[in-house]
Amino acid sequence: MSVAAAPDATALRASILTGERSCAQVVDGALAAIEARDGELSAFLSVEREAARERAARLDERHAAGETCGPLFGVPVAIKANMCMEGVVTSCGSRMLANYRAPYTATFVQRLLDAGAIVVGVTNMDEFAMGSSSENSAFGPTHNPWDVARAPGGSSSGSAAAVAAHMVPLALGSDTGGSVRQPAALCGVHGFKPTYGRISRYGLIAFGSSLDQVGPLARSVRDLERVLGVLSGHDPLDSTSLPLPPVEPERPEHPERLDGLRLGVPAEYLGDDLDDGVRRSVEAALECLVELGCERVDIDLPHTLHAIPTYYVVATAEASSNLARFDGVGFGARGEGDGSLQGMFSATRDAAFGDEVKRRILLGTFVLSEGYHDAWYGRALRVRTLLRRDFEHAFEEVDVICGPTSPTTAFPLGERVDDPLAMYRSDRLTVPTSLAGLPALSLPCGLAADEGGAPLPVGLQVIGPALADARVLRVAAAFEASTDHHERSPEGAGSER
Amino acid sequence: MSAEFERDGTAWISASTGTRWVPVIGLEVHAQLATQSKLFCACEVRFGAPPNTLTCPICTGQPGTLPVLNATAVELAVRVALAVGAEVAAESKFDRKNYFYCDIPKNFQISQFDRPYCTGGGIQLPSGRFVRLTRIHIEEDAGKAIHDRGDETLVDLNRAGVALIESVSEADMESPEEAVEYLEALKEIIRYVGAGEADMEKGQLRCDVNVSVRPQGEPWRTKVEIKNLNSFRNAREALEYEIPRQIEAYESGDETRFPRQETRLFDVRAGVTRTMRSKEGASDYRYFAEPDLPPLALSESFVERQRGLLCELPEARRRRYREELGLSEYDARVLTAVREVADWFEAAARLSGRPKETANWIANDVLGGLADPKIEATSIDELPLKPFDLAELIALVAEGTLHSTGAREVMGEMLRTGAAPRALVAERGLEQVEDEGRLEVWCREALEGREQVVADVRAGRIKALGAAVGPVMKASAGKANPRRVREILLRIIGEDE
Repeated sequence: MSVAAAPDATALRASILTGERSCAQVVDGALAAIEARDGELSAFLSVEREAARERAARLDERHAAGETCGPLFGVPVAIKANMCMEGVVTSCGSRMLANYRAPYTATFVQRLLDAGAIVVGVTNMDEFAMGSSSENSAFGPTHNPWDVARAPGGSSSGSAAAVAAHMVPLALGSDTGGSVRQPAALCGVHGFKPTYGRISRYGLIAFGSSLDQVGPLARSVRDLERVLGVLSGHDPLDSTSLPLPPVEPERPEHPERLDGLRLGVPAEYLGDDLDDGVRRSVEAALECLVELGCERVDIDLPHTLHAIPTYYVVATAEASSNLARFDGVGFGARGEGDGSLQGMFSATRDAAFGDEVKRRILLGTFVLSEGYHDAWYGRALRVRTLLRRDFEHAFEEVDVICGPTSPTTAFPLGERVDDPLAMYRSDRLTVPTSLAGLPALSLPCGLAADEGGAPLPVGLQVIGPALADARVLRVAAAFEASTDHHERSPEGAGSER
Repeated sequence: MSAEFERDGTAWISASTGTRWVPVIGLEVHAQLATQSKLFCACEVRFGAPPNTLTCPICTGQPGTLPVLNATAVELAVRVALAVGAEVAAESKFDRKNYFYCDIPKNFQISQFDRPYCTGGGIQLPSGRFVRLTRIHIEEDAGKAIHDRGDETLVDLNRAGVALIESVSEADMESPEEAVEYLEALKEIIRYVGAGEADMEKGQLRCDVNVSVRPQGEPWRTKVEIKNLNSFRNAREALEYEIPRQIEAYESGDETRFPRQETRLFDVRAGVTRTMRSKEGASDYRYFAEPDLPPLALSESFVERQRGLLCELPEARRRRYREELGLSEYDARVLTAVREVADWFEAAARLSGRPKETANWIANDVLGGLADPKIEATSIDELPLKPFDLAELIALVAEGTLHSTGAREVMGEMLRTGAAPRALVAERGLEQVEDEGRLEVWCREALEGREQVVADVRAGRIKALGAAVGPVMKASAGKANPRRVREILLRIIGEDE
């Protein structure tokens, strides 16, 4: 562990604008850091060296010509492998799309580019965003920069590791049941899933459409806020994107204080199943928030227990349909089979999907099947409503809810790979808010050492009511300002400068 | 079919048993909506374009793309609903119908399952029966799979994503003739409200038939679905084959031959229906709410705006033409078959004030002009001849300036060139000669040497006068007013008596 002072995206951009650095230098730094660390970590599936350098040169020219510089001007960014950028391989961590070059650019990627960001590469992920450890990637796992024997979390595994290892200050992930927040927690970085509908999903390869949301991973709250300002706002190409302007930050008179803020602490999030280290760090964080002026209110979210089964019915049902298009006809891998059409479909899907994806497609197909539909899918939708109401009731009494992001710190690679249910339970604290579509942020709140092991990061989860994205960011910013957890980095990080 | 049946009304009377069998028929009709772009993307809709030229990432089902509903499609669909007196739902939703086939790029079709935008309503058949509609829903079309190219199956996605409405009738029809009447009426309505061309040859109207038979007065029996009938004739012939097939099966007494719930295809060449799949092999479409589209909310003002755009429907028009304008049923039918013709007729009749003459001219000459290959017009609106000119021509005849032979000549020219009738009459010197002096000279000349005519007329055989009228018309080069000529001839014959 080292205390690094690597600049965040906001600082990097400022230093480019003052002339302290050029975009080219910044990109070279990021590429050098990737070069230095990625052999060990495997955070990236592809690095767009030439394209990034060319773009940096163009941006430097524009800067020299006095053009206005966007809010992410010169910032190197990594995108997850389920995000479409024209001409770039968008594999989703799957053999199915190993050679698929997206024929169009996602709205949110375009907004990144319009803001002056430089996409330096595409990060590893659990196949089709199904997993919590990166071990479901068809291209091998990503390693946690804090301990390479451990999982970085998932499914935005490479994005979290790349930010944690200071390869890039900023990366995009996608969060369906916790895929931004859990890896952020396990890698000791910031990750934010905004309110469902804040960021257009056009160009995000779907897993569970009613749950999927793009979210940034960064090393400061102000960076998350900056990216959200760029990415949010209605997109006519996504009918579920909220018809609202981009998120405006709250600018309180005393940003360092949270006086009068009612802080809900759900009993269900601090149960016996938490790692001791996680509990200690989170309790300390809650005390810190009280010191900042919050009023702690103990609350109940009684249906929390049902979140995981509900999620694995709703998400897999949608996935079984979303992934039906990968059949070998129009794009992606193609198998031969017995020469019949159905034979080709089967051969393609049998060969090119991994086990977890197949498991979830089968599960999703089952819960939608005639005769089982209402007992499974129908019931899951009703429980989803109950979970949503849990939060609505809670938010009548509190302004934000806080608790741990993950019940454990980073677990060893291989530990849960043969136990899908244990893997699914890794997400039990992030899934409820996903089902409710609420904004939730994970930020570092300390380090916890396993018995005799190295210290590993712990994430604090800050949850707000729908559309209160700015409030969540403000609480996180106040916490961040009063602690130095976010300044801790794993060994070997920091060479991106 | 070998057995003989006598038909009495809707009953098929078995020659062997004397049982009166009555068919029970319901129809499902897919109609293409006349939108410029597809239902969920901006691709152009055009018949006959080279394969796969009217496609984009959305309608080819590229991963990450999302549907955006075409507002015009909803407007047109609502107009059809209002035209059949149905209820338009204030809120409906879209669902995914999941099945694997190579012509459906996402391997699901976006349709409406349990909450369609339109329920109820019905269509009055000319022969008297009122056929109730169960529902109409909006959905996207599939592409086309082409199997007749050797071993390869080719897929054309130009049609994939085109906007359709599917109308489902109650099983209210009892004969093949009624089924065809219903199809014709539905087609007429769709065309009248401008919702679609409903051209079966272009695949813009496709129909599936549900049919069963029962002894008169007995409960319904098992229905069979016949799929993909692409002409009115096919629909009729399929029913004319299927109805006796089912009756014979029942009359055989052999339960293994009894109709079972299945889907059959009509073999156009052989004129028979064949089993496509039985109930056991029926697809489970695993419907669930489309998570990428919000519910479809239609405000009262939106629906009323569409109601305001509805024109009078053909059945109501025909009644008005008969009862108020005194036209024959035949003329009313000819004029209302195409909406543009009816509109044209009404414009001309209003200007001329003589609906019967106007109807005659349109039925005898104007529609004939449409069929003339020398006149390049595919619809009445494209003719050079305009309603105002027809009204003028009718006025010229009525006021005696032009006689009918001359009028026909003028009409021919008007159809070709659109010239104004008054100018044509003057140009060609076709005005009738009204001058008493000249008419009398011609009449006296005509009677010279025609003593027999004079004698016959004097003897009361007025018909004989024609033999003298002819020469007068000839002498006047057709310009004499025949009515005046007769009067003068009679006066001269009377004088000399």
